[in-house]
Amino acid sequence: MPFIANTDEQRREMLTEIGMTEEDLFASIPSEDRCGELDIPDGLSEQEVRHHMASLAGRNRTDLMSFLGGGFYDHFLPAAADGIVHRSEFYTAYTPYQPELSQGTLQAMYEYQSAMCRLTGMEVSNASMYDGGTAIYEAIMMSLRVTRRNRVVMDETVNPIYRKMIRSYTRNLGIALVEVSHENGQASRSKIADALDDATAALVVQTPNFFGVIDDYTDIAAMAHEKGALLIASVYPISLALLKTPGEMGADIVVGEGQSLGMGMHFGGPYLGFMTTRMKYMRKMPGRIAGRTVDADGRDGFVMTLQAREQHIRREKAMSNICTNQNLCALTALTYLSLLGREGLRDVAQACADRAYYAQDRLLQIRGIRLRYPGHWYFNEFVLELPVRADEVIRRLLQKGVAAGFPLSAYYPDMEMSLLVAVTEKRTKAEIDFFSHVLEVSL
Amino acid sequence: MKLIFDKSVSSRRGPRPVPQEMEMCAVFPAGLLRDKPADLPELSELDVVRHFTELSRKNFGVDNGFYPLGSCTMKYNAKVTERVSAYPGFFYLHPLLPQLPSGQTLVEGALEVLYEMDMLLREICGMAGFTLQPLAGAHGELTGTMIMAAYHRDRGNDRKTTILIPDSAHGTNPASAAIAGFDVKTVPSNADGVMGLDALAAAMNDTIAGVMLTCPNTLGLFNPHVREICRMVHDVDGLMYCDGANLNAMLGVCRPGDIGFDIVHVNLHKTFGTPHGGGGPGSGPVGVVEKLTDFLPISVVRKAADGSFFLDYNLPKSIGYIAPFYGSFGVILKAYAYIRMLGRDGLKRVSQNAVLNANYIREKLKDHYDLPYPQTCMHECVFSASRQLACGVSAMDVAKALIDRGFHPPTVYFPLIVHEALMIEPTETESRETLDAFIDAMIDIARLAEQDPAAITNCPKTTPVGRLDEVQAARKPDLASLGDAKTQ
Repeated sequence: MPFIANTDEQRREMLTEIGMTEEDLFASIPSEDRCGELDIPDGLSEQEVRHHMASLAGRNRTDLMSFLGGGFYDHFLPAAADGIVHRSEFYTAYTPYQPELSQGTLQAMYEYQSAMCRLTGMEVSNASMYDGGTAIYEAIMMSLRVTRRNRVVMDETVNPIYRKMIRSYTRNLGIALVEVSHENGQASRSKIADALDDATAALVVQTPNFFGVIDDYTDIAAMAHEKGALLIASVYPISLALLKTPGEMGADIVVGEGQSLGMGMHFGGPYLGFMTTRMKYMRKMPGRIAGRTVDADGRDGFVMTLQAREQHIRREKAMSNICTNQNLCALTALTYLSLLGREGLRDVAQACADRAYYAQDRLLQIRGIRLRYPGHWYFNEFVLELPVRADEVIRRLLQKGVAAGFPLSAYYPDMEMSLLVAVTEKRTKAEIDFFSHVLEVSL
Repeated sequence: MKLIFDKSVSSRRGPRPVPQEMEMCAVFPAGLLRDKPADLPELSELDVVRHFTELSRKNFGVDNGFYPLGSCTMKYNAKVTERVSAYPGFFYLHPLLPQLPSGQTLVEGALEVLYEMDMLLREICGMAGFTLQPLAGAHGELTGTMIMAAYHRDRGNDRKTTILIPDSAHGTNPASAAIAGFDVKTVPSNADGVMGLDALAAAMNDTIAGVMLTCPNTLGLFNPHVREICRMVHDVDGLMYCDGANLNAMLGVCRPGDIGFDIVHVNLHKTFGTPHGGGGPGSGPVGVVEKLTDFLPISVVRKAADGSFFLDYNLPKSIGYIAPFYGSFGVILKAYAYIRMLGRDGLKRVSQNAVLNANYIREKLKDHYDLPYPQTCMHECVFSASRQLACGVSAMDVAKALIDRGFHPPTVYFPLIVHEALMIEPTETESRETLDAFIDAMIDIARLAEQDPAAITNCPKTTPVGRLDEVQAARKPDLASLGDAKTQ
């Protein structure tokens, strides 16, 4: 039997030694609670399962030339990161409950926290959360604890998938959730000013926003702070190698999706939610945290700390129900950031922006195509307004092996002609030229 | 050992992933740029590989040795599942593809995996439908309790405010119920270590939205009254939630749905052999009975009459979005491959061997450590180090002494209802030889606790660091090295 060591002979011996029978093992389960034979196929050999999985994988289109983003990006992944993360001392371990046996995991958590603080311009980080959307939700809950208020304002340019998640999560908790519509693809200063009041715990914004627009929220942070609310900024971590950090803008809590830091798109997960904040909010932050301390001989070492916030101690009064972090994904992000380093990450960010601006130039030369939201700076994604329905263009380009982008009508019903186009460092000049050509002839 | 940041050498470069084929097209105004570059390390690829290889050597995983961490099911993680999950046809698949026009045809293989996994879990758990979206066990609990809230709201019943949870439960149960908007009331366990009918009856009234039970419970015991408990809860239109963290004990033997549970979450990283990753990523699919399928999160994978698969977003009663997409797909793939390799008979062999191994340890150690609940256990057994504590040796000391003998310690101080708890879960993948070596080590520690307690209380001595000062860590937190990053 696969993955079971004991032979039938050993099982018999063991049962005899402890004076039990096979039937005794499950005697505590009343007979009426037992099930019959499961209707599940016979087991496959390793060869068969690999063949089966390969045939399933073969029915997914990963061969497309992709300009699809929407918060989830196809970045180049250095081979060394994979080699490190697949060391089984890391991936077959669990939560570092025994720090003496887990210094590898714990030091990596501390280094990850440090790297995320340095990237976002903040002072303290947790050891990661499930994904970018749940990280926003946890940040909102944290802002309620900090301000003891119960109302949240969220900008409409925050990823619509995350906004749907926030609506589900806040539904049972009596939180007043106000969503503010955008103006020309950007957070509307006047509408946000109107929406903020003295009961507001937090304002949630995103940069680059869902339309790809880079927004400096320094003024908005001041507006929120004037009302005693926190600014929660969701960010695309690659962009921070170049762009003004949320720390510099005055954000109080920074969150985001860390998939771009070395993880495959993997059809939606596992991903990485990150969260950093100011030192003064450290004890209100949810999630697992590693800290540096010493042993009895004065040697440096790392432990999980501030556990009095967590569910295993506080139970129903805990700051969050989260039990673990996304540890292996955090390790992936740390190895990615370490391998690329200070200059390499900047090269990646610059290359994304360069290729995206090159693509914008090419595509805007096509008759009938314009930028839906002109007058802004973009990072690696932008919205085109097409002369025909975006759905139709996507359909035609798929025939040519190109995933042209995302049709915004899926989340914004009045945007049927709008196509969200993303470009990463993986798209070559020749591919962008080809995309531009097939788009032009498809119209 | 030095932090990776402290090994940095100015201008040293690692791998260069970006081809230099394009001129600079994006020149941002200075006001949009960060003041200083992010102070990330500057290292060669070899520097980085050596750093993390050294870190990995200070870690202990299942591949290093026996890891009987109770309630965590630290079984072997088959290498082949790592391989298949990383197939390019899965790894590079963009999650928004199915939302493109006729995009579901671009991801047929992935949708088939999700559909088939749903079917396998339904059969294993006796449920009518599953969502694979929850990203961890605790996330599954939250999803399940949100479904409870949606069910009662749909019936217009606003009196359902409270969830009952036994005192032996994992802390995530009350925490999840609380953030789904419920009050939590704790029910004490009876002398046999399970929720008794009297205690439940005393707590029961029509404000009870449901009961969360871990089955078998955290003492490794199957509650013989569980069917009656379900009936009592259903009588007040409450829902029964099964925390399936310990499903490994019951595979192919009994199914939560058959006993009367309405909702169950399973931990793919426990029962279905996917790696724990040092603490995630996990995956916590949730199954429900027929009357609750309308409340499952958006979206649900369905099979069309022509045999093709599609994502159904039209679920008006759904609790909504709980994850960005379809779950922890990379983890689901591993669990799917694992179940397909085990097959019907293999699943049953898992629980048979897991339960045998746990009882073997229980029986062999029961003369050396106190066993507060001495009955036949299921997948794990919980001892108490109270006898050793009388000699000055605590459960934590026993744990540290095991480290020096080459074993990962069991879970200690949990469940909370056992004084000086040592919670041991061997799993089915361990051999008799390993169990015997562990048993010998435990007996030796018990002997030393009486004869020479200092030999135990000064462990561990073989690790890169000794016992660390956790009080100082919490009192004066050092949580990050900020480098030259600007601080406020």
